[in-house]
Amino acid sequence: MTETRSGHATTLPIAKAITAGLRDAMRADDHVMLMGEDIGRLGGVFRVTDGLFDEFGALRVVDTPLGEAGIVGTAVGLAMRGYRPVVEIQFDGFVFPAFNQITTQVAKMHYRTGGRVTLPMVIRIPHGGGIGAVEHHSESPEALFAHTAGLRILAPASAQDAYWMTRQAIESEDPVIMLEPKKRYWIKGDVDPDHRPELSPWQARVLREGTDATLLAWGPSVPLALESAGAAEEDGTSLEVIDLRSLAPLDLPTVTDSVRRTGRLVIVHEAPVTGGLGGEIAARVAEECFYHLEAPVTRVGGYSTPYPPARTEHAYLPDLDRVLDAVDRVLQH
Amino acid sequence: MSVFQTTIPAVADQEPMIQLLAPDGTRTPHDEFDAVLDGSAGGGGDDDLQTPERLRGYYRDMVMIRAADLEATSLQRQGQLGLWASALGQEAAQIGAGHASRAHDYLVPTYREHGVAWARGIEPWRLLEMFRGISHGGWDPAELRTHPYMIVLGSQAPHAVGYAMGLQRDGLVGTGDRDTDTAVLALFGDGASSEGEVAESFTFAASFQAPTVFYTQNNQWAISVPTAVQSRVPLAQRSRGWGIPSVRVDGNDVLAVMGAVRSALDAARAGEGPRFIEAVTYRMAAHTTSDDASRYRPGAEEQEWAEKDPILRLRRHLEQLGEIGEDYVKRCDEEGHDLAMQLHHHIHGMEDPDPVMIFDHVYAEPHPVVDAEREQYLEYAAQFEDEETAR
Repeated sequence: MTETRSGHATTLPIAKAITAGLRDAMRADDHVMLMGEDIGRLGGVFRVTDGLFDEFGALRVVDTPLGEAGIVGTAVGLAMRGYRPVVEIQFDGFVFPAFNQITTQVAKMHYRTGGRVTLPMVIRIPHGGGIGAVEHHSESPEALFAHTAGLRILAPASAQDAYWMTRQAIESEDPVIMLEPKKRYWIKGDVDPDHRPELSPWQARVLREGTDATLLAWGPSVPLALESAGAAEEDGTSLEVIDLRSLAPLDLPTVTDSVRRTGRLVIVHEAPVTGGLGGEIAARVAEECFYHLEAPVTRVGGYSTPYPPARTEHAYLPDLDRVLDAVDRVLQH
Repeated sequence: MSVFQTTIPAVADQEPMIQLLAPDGTRTPHDEFDAVLDGSAGGGGDDDLQTPERLRGYYRDMVMIRAADLEATSLQRQGQLGLWASALGQEAAQIGAGHASRAHDYLVPTYREHGVAWARGIEPWRLLEMFRGISHGGWDPAELRTHPYMIVLGSQAPHAVGYAMGLQRDGLVGTGDRDTDTAVLALFGDGASSEGEVAESFTFAASFQAPTVFYTQNNQWAISVPTAVQSRVPLAQRSRGWGIPSVRVDGNDVLAVMGAVRSALDAARAGEGPRFIEAVTYRMAAHTTSDDASRYRPGAEEQEWAEKDPILRLRRHLEQLGEIGEDYVKRCDEEGHDLAMQLHHHIHGMEDPDPVMIFDHVYAEPHPVVDAEREQYLEYAAQFEDEETAR
């Protein structure tokens, strides 16, 4: 067997785990190629593609013109020609010029053609706030994509998931949007590129078992949920923490199993709560766990406003106090 | 010097329009296109595209596709189709473009390319599937080397460029092997030429010199909006700012269309980069069967364009050559009638699909949410089947 791995088990920041995942996927399959703005010599604005241009050259690590619809649209054509393009959108707020391509083309080509065409492509988007950035650099648009049939969405929150979800998104025959937790890019974790995880990327993971309430989070909110559970424990409250991991499809059984045990659910996400993915999960949990619920499903998220200027984002984003406040409210029922 | 220009003339409306066949059928020689048409230019193919037999074939094709088009409008009026987008009047622009491409070229159409599809060997009933509402697309793009019909204007243009970038990576451009060198023909209308995705496609095609021929049929009207509102300059001039050589041809002249499209595809296949062609034609019918062109379009204009009918023009040319007789014309009309009847019976005989197809092919791989909803639907539908049986 050809050696395609970057190396054996090691500790990497999330950003570098994605780099390693891309590198290994490109070594394993000549048809995997990267496209995006500044991803070549610069290595991307977050350096996620660092070193790949040197290893794979300009035909496989393509510095594109600045046109998101053009980037995603040409990736569709390349995928139809047999390539497996991995597209980098520079920031979450810049994906919208490509929104038509993603929602009317990428999501629907397989359906439109009665299954005759597959589009094995990945759209990588650094997402979420908390980095002190200017407008359009801190968005959480997952609900817009989760609402669109035909797309899959992965949100890694650890280095190990970042590596393997990169590999598995590229291997998927369906188009996958990978939301990368930009403010957590430099959090380190163990990565084992030699052993494929047993848990499917499309399943949620219980990170911490608990009995009083369930905290559900994804992407950048996962470390916050864990921190909240740690703080609650000091007050004698036992919180179960679930990392949703796959935002489309939703792995509901893992969530409902937990809620049936704890009777309470708090959903934490950075996106505005209005029309957010938390609302969808709350509705499904209400449908399936009605008689197990001890309290209303509660959401902690961004307000129903545009993303605010950076000096105020601390008040907009869920934080430890807001999560614990919500936990207190569900426990009072 | 080639007719494909990158400079913009000082006076915009002086953009020349190349015409090889006048409306009365008179043939004007054209050195560059004639060399392409008779195969002497080399390039992608050395076959002579204007033998009398071929010319008669184009005539027959145009008669056939017009008959199918008119029948489709009737089928819509009979309630058999939800909608029909007629290509009446654009037969030369479409049959010419379709035949100018080589079988291994990849075509990327919009939703009004019935003549192109015919020339590519796609049966008309397959086009009608989506207008009847039994599928969103009726063919395998890889098998027929033709992209699905695309409805969101301009969305298909970047797909064409991406496919062409794939051809470059596959080593199928500029090798000199005419059996394998391949290009992409991207079609869109004058209205779609205003879409941002077309502009981005020009950018990407130019940057990567992708073997893409952009071909716009300027049929003068984007539903009710005339081309003059889309562009201050002739559309052909649009791509020149991107460094993409372009030409304007008479789109109701099948030979001018073939000359331009074959020449441009030859250049793209040879690795010379993208080209842009504006074919000036006319949408003789309304935008679709839901539209009423009399609300915005002067009848005198329709009459003026009727005189430039592409089918009549080729017939007159063949008559001048003494290469067409009454018998042939009659036979084409009869075959067109037969095709229309076949289409009529085929569509009337089409059964609606089982609605459970709604859940098919949303994803290529298993998806628990869609799978669960399919099961729920089947259980729900089964209740009514029991009632039917009980009755």
